Amino acid sequence: MSGTAFLEAVIDGILTGGVYALMAAGLTLIFGVMDIINIAQGVMVILGAYLSLELSVHLGIGLLPGLLITVPLMFCLGVSVEFLFMRRLRDQDRTQMSILVTYAVAIVIEGILTAIYGVNYQQLSASYVNSSVHVFGFYLPDIYLIGFGLAVALLIALYYMLYRTKFGRAVRASLQNRTAADLIGIDVNRVRTISVGVGVAVTAVGGMVFGATNAFNPNTGYDLISRLLAIVILGGMGSIAGAMAASVFILVINDVVAAWWSPTWAPIVYFAALVIVLSFRPQGLFGRAAVRAQ
Amino acid sequence: MRVLRSVKSGGVLLISGALLCAVMLAWVGNHSNASAHQARVASGSPITIGASLSLSGDFSADGVAFERGYELWAADQNKAGGLLGHPIKLDVVSDASSATQVVTNYEKLIGSDKDQLVFAPFSTLLTVPAARVAERYNYAMVGGADGGPTVFSSGLKNVFDVSIPVKNNLVTFADWIASLPASKRPKTAAYVTVNDPFTQPQLPVAQAILKKAGVKTVLSKVFPAEATDYSAIANEVATAKPDLVVLGSVDVPTVAAFTHVFVQQHYNPKAFIATSGPDQGQQFVGAVGAGNENGIFVPNGWYGGFKKADSQKMVAEYVKKYGGSASTVNADVAEAYSVGQVLAQAVKATHGFDQQTIIKYLKSGKTLNSVQGPVKFNQLGENLAQKTLTFQWQNGQLDQVIPTASGQTKPLYPKPAWK
Repeated sequence: MSGTAFLEAVIDGILTGGVYALMAAGLTLIFGVMDIINIAQGVMVILGAYLSLELSVHLGIGLLPGLLITVPLMFCLGVSVEFLFMRRLRDQDRTQMSILVTYAVAIVIEGILTAIYGVNYQQLSASYVNSSVHVFGFYLPDIYLIGFGLAVALLIALYYMLYRTKFGRAVRASLQNRTAADLIGIDVNRVRTISVGVGVAVTAVGGMVFGATNAFNPNTGYDLISRLLAIVILGGMGSIAGAMAASVFILVINDVVAAWWSPTWAPIVYFAALVIVLSFRPQGLFGRAAVRAQ
Repeated sequence: MRVLRSVKSGGVLLISGALLCAVMLAWVGNHSNASAHQARVASGSPITIGASLSLSGDFSADGVAFERGYELWAADQNKAGGLLGHPIKLDVVSDASSATQVVTNYEKLIGSDKDQLVFAPFSTLLTVPAARVAERYNYAMVGGADGGPTVFSSGLKNVFDVSIPVKNNLVTFADWIASLPASKRPKTAAYVTVNDPFTQPQLPVAQAILKKAGVKTVLSKVFPAEATDYSAIANEVATAKPDLVVLGSVDVPTVAAFTHVFVQQHYNPKAFIATSGPDQGQQFVGAVGAGNENGIFVPNGWYGGFKKADSQKMVAEYVKKYGGSASTVNADVAEAYSVGQVLAQAVKATHGFDQQTIIKYLKSGKTLNSVQGPVKFNQLGENLAQKTLTFQWQNGQLDQVIPTASGQTKPLYPKPAWK
């Protein structure tokens, strides 16, 4: 494998990692705050892509400006799902039951999308989807640069919200001890609802970038969920920074192995890397204890 | 004590033996019931044909097109009096593109629903497990998209594919490339394919022809079917800059992802062929971006403009029912329609629904008719009566270009620049 091919694979892994971080951020946030594993995350990514498609094709609103509409819409969806389904789960078996509940949500969303759009593949288009910039002999695709930039900006914003604001302190307090948080006057239900809303809202951005880089139909979300879960577990469940680091780590390993050896072995190697990392750090790269203490 | 123990063990043996006999009798009874049921159909009562289709999951676009093909055929056949006077009723269930679910579905269709006939599911991947179930019940399984070698090398005696065996799909294209003057012929080629029994057998056959013609292989790789991101392998192809790219793909997203990376990397091969995806009409054009489809090849056995009376009638009916134009009709529709046609001819010729008689007839070497052209099965169930055609996108239309013929659209070579 030449040095150029190696560098190409590393760059590709980093840029693609940004896109996956965008899709995984909501998953890790919802788990961190609620102890809920959102199996519907993949389908929600696809829903975000369809919302962008609807705005760009039927209303002529570009993909980036369209986020000003899709993000609030997805926030409302997250709030509704939390209010209607997640809030009703009992504390003691919330994590296990959440898998079933969110799977049901995924099926409902998928069914609605299939009824509206059918199973034909779609892809988002914009002038920057196929263009690239030439830097040091490498062509860097604009859409991946945009995705990476959005990932960094959003993850910083989320990090700031969670760890540097009064609301973030309320979120972490209600996570650590719901009763104690209640006693000091925190409206735990409200905090949780908003957190899920934010987690799902972020997914709108991931959906837009995914839809611009991949053809999708209502079933595509299921292919994503295993990789997103691997990212969240490796990064440390609940860790925003961990989601970014793990996305880049996994995608760089994937792309380098694919180029150097074989694409068939790439997922095996990164899942092996996942097992090795978790053997030494069961809490993930940015463990949960550390996440909650920040 | 010893006596008691021997009595006890004897009793256990007796009970076990009785249970075993009961299970065997139930199994034999169940299967003979299914076989007997399939042959006896009350006069004028509907005949039910079961099919498991991928109405969701990875093959959903193809599954839906297949369902439409089956429905069109059933409607036409019913207008013509059904099957031996019995109106046809379709019993379609979804397997969600899962090789596990497809087994359950055929157990249901044959074992529980007692459907008199069955159609194969979509894809080689799903047909192998499905055909094993059908074989246990002595059912014939005729399909339109199950032509991978694994189907015919599995020792199954009941499976048939009305389309061209997939291993020969790229032969026409490879022969045409090899026939180009040396100065025009591509010097290098990359062969990349998804790990799938439909695509993998096709590439080595084409590679052997092209190697013989002096086309050097610069890259040959297989990538997993579960991939959600193709940029790494597509970038590798772009970096290798081969003159010819042969992509083993099963769907639109794979070809679209490679196309986008090629455009982003300012790499334009002289020729680009994908085994599946470009045949999906406007879906494909939308996914790669209008204009970028221009010059991309795809092998197939049929296209919307195919000049055959029953094919043109089917296309007209399809367009009337689902909209679009002849060029947007998916080849899956014709494959499914052909399955119905072939099975109907077998039923008519054998004057009944007995599966063994149908299987024997299909293997008798008779040439049957389908909207895709002639069908003549060998002993393995492969249709060797047709030749693969190669299509190319030109000015927004998917045209048949190879084999070349006078008065027919000429292949666009080298491929025009990306839009």
